[in-house]
Amino acid sequence: MDFIDYYKILEVSKNASESDVKKAYRKLARKYHPDLNPNDPAAKAKFQQINEANEVLGDPEKRKKYDKYGKDWKHSDEFERTGNQQNQYRGNPGGQRQQERYSEYDFSDFFESMFGGAQSGSRGGRQVRFKGEDYNAQLQLSLKDVYLTHQQTVTVNGKNIRLTIPAGIENGQTIKISGHGGEGRNGGPNGDLYITFSVSNPTRFKRIGNNLYTDVEIDLYTAVLGGEITVDSFDGKVKLNMKPETQNETKVKLKGKGFPVYKKEGEYGDLYITYRVKIPVGLSEKEKQLFRELAKMHTDGK
Amino acid sequence: MESENLIPLEHLCTHYQVELSFIQALTEFGLIEITTKEETHYLHNEQVNQLEKWIRMHYDLEINFEGLDAISHLLKRISRLQKELQLTRNRLSRYEE
Repeated sequence: MDFIDYYKILEVSKNASESDVKKAYRKLARKYHPDLNPNDPAAKAKFQQINEANEVLGDPEKRKKYDKYGKDWKHSDEFERTGNQQNQYRGNPGGQRQQERYSEYDFSDFFESMFGGAQSGSRGGRQVRFKGEDYNAQLQLSLKDVYLTHQQTVTVNGKNIRLTIPAGIENGQTIKISGHGGEGRNGGPNGDLYITFSVSNPTRFKRIGNNLYTDVEIDLYTAVLGGEITVDSFDGKVKLNMKPETQNETKVKLKGKGFPVYKKEGEYGDLYITYRVKIPVGLSEKEKQLFRELAKMHTDGK
Repeated sequence: MESENLIPLEHLCTHYQVELSFIQALTEFGLIEITTKEETHYLHNEQVNQLEKWIRMHYDLEINFEGLDAISHLLKRISRLQKELQLTRNRLSRYEE
């Protein structure tokens, strides 16, 4: 646990006035506030620091203590006493939330050890929370998991929630489960649960939207002469008739053999197959001779 | 059943200690949508998060209504771009082994 220079965080000098601190806090808060930087953990972390700095420097009592003992916080008996007083103060049920503090952001260990943890604040002001807190969770699934609609139980904050995960969920897609976040306050509605899916793909199929792409190796003889081949689609084997003289990298589309369309039951994307013609290796002398003859015929024919 | 999800504006004003005119101004700027039933104005459950966000920005960060309106457009744009980015990343993964 290191000393935190709150002046540096708020970019103000040690003799900054209360209004300078307020101004600096607001300027930085407007830059890093999570409401203005959605899905940005770095901005959230920065805002947390700014908020904590403001909690200390914006409160004359805390600022005085910080200025006096801040750098020596580890060894000062005074701190323990201060901490106890703060703890008692924290227990006061009449205390209202401080206007410019965001209770959902944790304070650093440094702050906790010096000021005894998060406090309810004494300056009074509006109660900003009414709706319960929204929860965010991430769920890891594989491509095979999201091929079929299935049910899964997830545990969020100690509660088990049974989810129906529709087939065709995209990697990175977020779904909202209304009312499964934190409890509302003073009759306010519960928060929501947001689940973001991280879909890994260990298969041979590449997915773009609802379409799947794969490569299929075919031997030279089938490519030249044509014939029936069996290929793997996502949910089983499919028989295909290859035309004679199929070129390397020929693409074929298998309609409806792709990935299920999200929330559209029975609808599927397409499967695109690229043929990779495999040149035979380890040929016997006889085979080589036949190829030479073929080559000669081909040259003579031109 | 639907009315269970509606919260009277008076209740919200008392809880958040904001003037009714603040909520009306948000409505005029199209930042929230109010439902009226039998002469009582309500906010839908789903919009409480939005309201809380505008309260924080207006009162704590001192952003005026014009600023909130501009932010609203930019946040929508960010959201759209983040979705596009995710889709592009998914497409790109096709070419990565």
